[in-house]
Formats: sequence, C-alpha cells, structure tokens
Amino acid sequence: MSGSGTDGIVRQGGWRHRVARVVLYAILGLFCLYYLVPLVIMVSTSFKSLEEIRTGSLISLPQEIRFDAWAKAWGSACVGVRCDGLRPYMWNSVAMVIPAVFISTLLGALNGYALTKWRFRGADVIFALMLFGAFIPFQVILLPMARALGMMGLAGTIPGLILVHTIYGLAFTTLFFRNFFISVSDSIVHAAMVDGAGFFSIFFRIVLPMAIPAMVVTVIWQFTQIWNDFLFGVAFTVGDSNPVTVALNNVVNTSTGVKEYNVDMAAAIIAALPTLAVYVIAGTYFVRGLAAGAVKG
Amino acid sequence: MSGIRLDKVFKRFGTTEVIKGIDLEIEDGEFIVLVGPSGCGKSTLLNLVAGLETLSSGTIRIGDRVVNDIPPRDRDIAMVFQSYALYPTKTVRDNITFGMVTRRVPRAEQDAAVDEVSSLLHIDKLLERKPGQLSGGQRQRVAMGRALVRKPDVFLFDEPLSNLDAKLRIEMRTEIKKLHQRLGKTIVYVTHDQIEAMTLATRIAVMDNGHIRQFGDPETIYEHPVDLFVAGFMGSPPMNMLRGRLKRDGSAVAVDAGEGLVFPLPERLALRLQQPEGHEVVLGLRPETIFAAGTELPGADRFIFERPVDVIEPTGPDTMVVFQAGGTEAIARVRPQDAKAPGESFRFEVEMAKAKLFDGKTGMHL
Repeated sequence: MSGSGTDGIVRQGGWRHRVARVVLYAILGLFCLYYLVPLVIMVSTSFKSLEEIRTGSLISLPQEIRFDAWAKAWGSACVGVRCDGLRPYMWNSVAMVIPAVFISTLLGALNGYALTKWRFRGADVIFALMLFGAFIPFQVILLPMARALGMMGLAGTIPGLILVHTIYGLAFTTLFFRNFFISVSDSIVHAAMVDGAGFFSIFFRIVLPMAIPAMVVTVIWQFTQIWNDFLFGVAFTVGDSNPVTVALNNVVNTSTGVKEYNVDMAAAIIAALPTLAVYVIAGTYFVRGLAAGAVKG
Repeated sequence: MSGIRLDKVFKRFGTTEVIKGIDLEIEDGEFIVLVGPSGCGKSTLLNLVAGLETLSSGTIRIGDRVVNDIPPRDRDIAMVFQSYALYPTKTVRDNITFGMVTRRVPRAEQDAAVDEVSSLLHIDKLLERKPGQLSGGQRQRVAMGRALVRKPDVFLFDEPLSNLDAKLRIEMRTEIKKLHQRLGKTIVYVTHDQIEAMTLATRIAVMDNGHIRQFGDPETIYEHPVDLFVAGFMGSPPMNMLRGRLKRDGSAVAVDAGEGLVFPLPERLALRLQQPEGHEVVLGLRPETIFAAGTELPGADRFIFERPVDVIEPTGPDTMVVFQAGGTEAIARVRPQDAKAPGESFRFEVEMAKAKLFDGKTGMHL
C-alpha cells in the first residue's frame, strides 16, 4: 500500500513508444497553451495603462506593472450611477454565497443520509423527483420564483437570492451525498443505533465526519455555481443588492465614457478569484480526503 | 436474568416471507448458535432480536419484557457485526466509549470501562489509533470491546469471524468461548460455519429457508439429526448419504444400496423399523465411521466391503478416501498410513451402530 502504486509497473520501451510520448506531451502542451492564453492576456492587460492598450498590441506584455486599474475596479469604478467599484457587490456575493452553500450542503447531506440509511416507503421516488430538479433549466423557474419571492416579501433582497440558490442547489447536493452514503455500510448505522444514538446524533457524530470527501466536492460545486450565477442574480436582486457577477456586467457593459479595458479585466479577475481560491484550498483537502478514504475499511 | 423467547415470529419483506413462524426459547446464560446456509434467514432473525428489523407478527421477549416495540438502544443488548462496523473517523477509544457517551455515562466510569475491556482484549496499546490503521484481528477485538463495555444482558454476534483468516478465526473462536464462560451472559451467535457452531454452542438452532429444522445441544444435532438437511449440513466432510431399499430377512433388516452392497442394520435400529420390505431409505454414514478394515478394535455391528479408491485427500492427521458406493460418491476417513493409491481396491469397515437411517421420500429420521 502506497500512493505510488503504479510506479513499479513494467512499461513499454523502444523508439515507437518514445515517439508516442513526445506526441502526447506536445498535444497536452498545446491544450495548456490554449487554455492559458486568455488568462495571460487578461492579467497582462489589467496591468497596462489605457494609453498602452490603445497603442500596443493585445498580446504584448505590459511595460510597467500598474495597479491603477485594480484599485479602480475594486474601489471606484462606476456601477450604474454608484461609483464604489466592485467592493460592495463582492460583499453582497459573500453574504449570499456563504449561507447558500452552507445550508444547501447541510440539507443535501441530511437528505442523502435519510434517503440511504433510514429507508422509508417511497424513498426512491422522492430521490428520483429530487434528481429531476437537477435537470430543470434556470429560465423555467424565473417567473414562478419571482412571484413566490414577492409573496414572501423577499423580492429584490439577498435573503431571497439565498433561498433560490439553496432550493435550486438541493437537487445536486442531495445527489452527491446520496451517492456517497450509499457506499457506507448500513451496519455502521446499526451499530450506532445499538449504541443508543438517534437520527441526528448518528448524522452529526458518525456519518457526517465520514462524508468529508463528499462535502468538499459539494462545496466546490455549490460555491462555483452560486458565485458565478448571473441569471438569478440579475432577476431577483435590484441595484444595491446585486451580486458581483451582475455588478461586473454593469461595469463592463457601461455605455458611457471611454472603454477601460484594463479596469474591465481587473474587475473580471477580482470577481473570479474567490472560486479559484475555493478550488485551490478545498481541492487539496479533496485530494487528501480521497487518499484517506482509500485506506481499506 | 435474561433469557430470550420467540413466539410465532414472522418476517416478510414485501411479499417474500423470510422468517416463517419461529418459536425459540433461550435460557439465561446460554450460548445459542443460529446456523444455516446463506439466505436461510439467520441474520434476519438476529436483527429481529436486536430490533434492527421490525417484526411482521409474533412476539419477542428478552427477559420478561416484550420488546416488539422497543428500539435497539433500549433492549439491553450489544451486537458485534460481520464487517465490524467500527466508526472510521473515531479512534479506538472513542469507538468503544461512543455508546457510553450517548448514554451520558460519567467520564471516570467510561475510562474505567475502557481500561478494563482493553486489557482484557489486549487492545490497550491501540486506543489512540483509527480503525483504518488496525489489522482485521485487531478490528475484531475492538468491535468486541465496544460490545463488552455495554455490559448488556444479551450479546448478539453476526458472523463475527467470517472476515478473518483461518488461523485467527480459530484463536478468536476460543477467546469468544472463554469470554462466555467468564461472563455467563446470554449469547446469540449467527454463523454459516458448522464447525463454529459445534465448538461454541451450548445449543444449536439449524435453520433452513426461514424455519428452524432442529434445536438441540451440539451432540444431539450431530448424532441424532432429525432429517437429511441437518445431517448433511453438520459435519465436515459431510455425511455420506447412500440411497437404497429396505431388505427384511426374519427379524434382521438391511439396506440394499445396489451394486451388491447390502448394509446390515444393527438390531436396535432394526427392531424399531416399521417400514416394509423395499421401502426407499437413505443410509447416512459419517466419514469417520468408515475406516480401513481391521484397523480398529473389533466391535459389534461392523460391516466390511471392498471398493476401488477414486481419489485420496490427505489432511494431515487423517486421509480422506473417496470412492463410489450406491451410485454416489462417498468419503471414508482413514489413518494416513492405511491409504492406498487411486485405482487400487480398498477394504472398508463401517461402524453400523453409528449409522443413521432416513426416509427416502420425506427425508425424516427413522
């Protein structure tokens, strides 16, 4: 048992094999480039001055690194009539994404646990129906949801958006956790029952700590989905309660004044940073979780 | 004081009946083994006693209490599972104390219980490890430790040794038996291994297809099986079953197994038989009652016959000689030095006093 379980396997040798390797890496390198180039251009453009953008070429590197565009994007770019940059909207997004991810993940875990370990009549039908929710396009629920939010008095507010994302995300989070818990031995739950633990006690003390890998996958998924969402944000919030995606759109698509590409690029990167951070941080836990789960038993 | 009593217990899953009306009375302090082939309902029956399955009908009593509607945690039982079912995220210590934590047992008491159990089971050096870092045998001990700290009235074991390798299994078998002798608590133990059943049980319940075929002490089950199923299930290698017909000659009765093999039945058995000449029967001969002719002290009711050897299977202390008799394969257990090469003719001697006779149609013991 070791992480490098395939190291000792005898590999094919010979020049044909070597040529195949070279071709393989060449193709991989090409695709790397293909995906990296837009990012490189975005970053380099964000460090340029407007003057340099106008005169230089798109792919040239900045002559000097300037943070003016970043500062403006963060603190003073105009979103509509308000010129506070993306900052207030970033906080809107944070205030929306954290509760939405937390609640939908927790409820998904609870659903998955109940659907697999406390089997009840119709559990499969309920799961099938929930799964169906994962295939409903955003657009279909816009109008009914707007009406529902209106009746609840949550129209145009962040709590309303949290509610929408939580409900919409449940289909996915339930799916992830159900598929994880179905592989957990029932006898562990039975043992805990004999040990005197009840539904929630087993959930929080036994089952949830086992589900760290599923939790990381779910958090990455939900965070990315909710943070990047534009449609719900633009439909269910107004002005000051807009999430950062909507604000970014308003910065970039402004029809007045000069088009500040450097500010647009910086703003786009700022808006994308949190998902990147979550992926990097959670991703290491994710891999660690997988490795820990690989120990037999 | 905790015997267990099952009355007309039924369990259905949908339309399939898994437990078909079981009555069982277990005395306090007994070691009961439920044994049977897979799918016979033995684990389901254990889960019913544990409260992990709900009865379809009937009653289960533990002690004087009807427990039909009492959840597992309030039944005063502890259970050891086949897969050990240790909590993978908890240390060995936390695995053992979890039941006490949920029952709010004071910390000092928990520690004392862990100390006691871990030294008893030799797991005191493993307490801070996680189950993933333990070997199969160690996990097994931890699972037993978790059951022991509960100090329950009844222990339930669900095939606890079947995931261990052969040597460890024999060791743990002895330990479980020691444990029972020491604690004197009622144990219900499920296994498909008839050797485990024989070695551990004070009484064995042989199950088949949702019924209990026979319930009795190991010797009775082995020497006086009620039917062909029990006779065939208990014993390894299994009992030889030769089909034949009754042959009467005055007061003497014999079984004609064809091919010139006529086994004379001992007088005790012959006098009891009411069946007429020609009645279809199955003659049951355990392998250890067939040996090389002349190798045992002479006794009454011996029968000698000759057959060519098909295959020999040395096991060390004994050698199994496989031969054809009465149209089926039969096995004799001989001393290694008496074995002969395949193809050679072999003189077998049968101790007919130990022979069992079954009805050819109903399979019931005659």
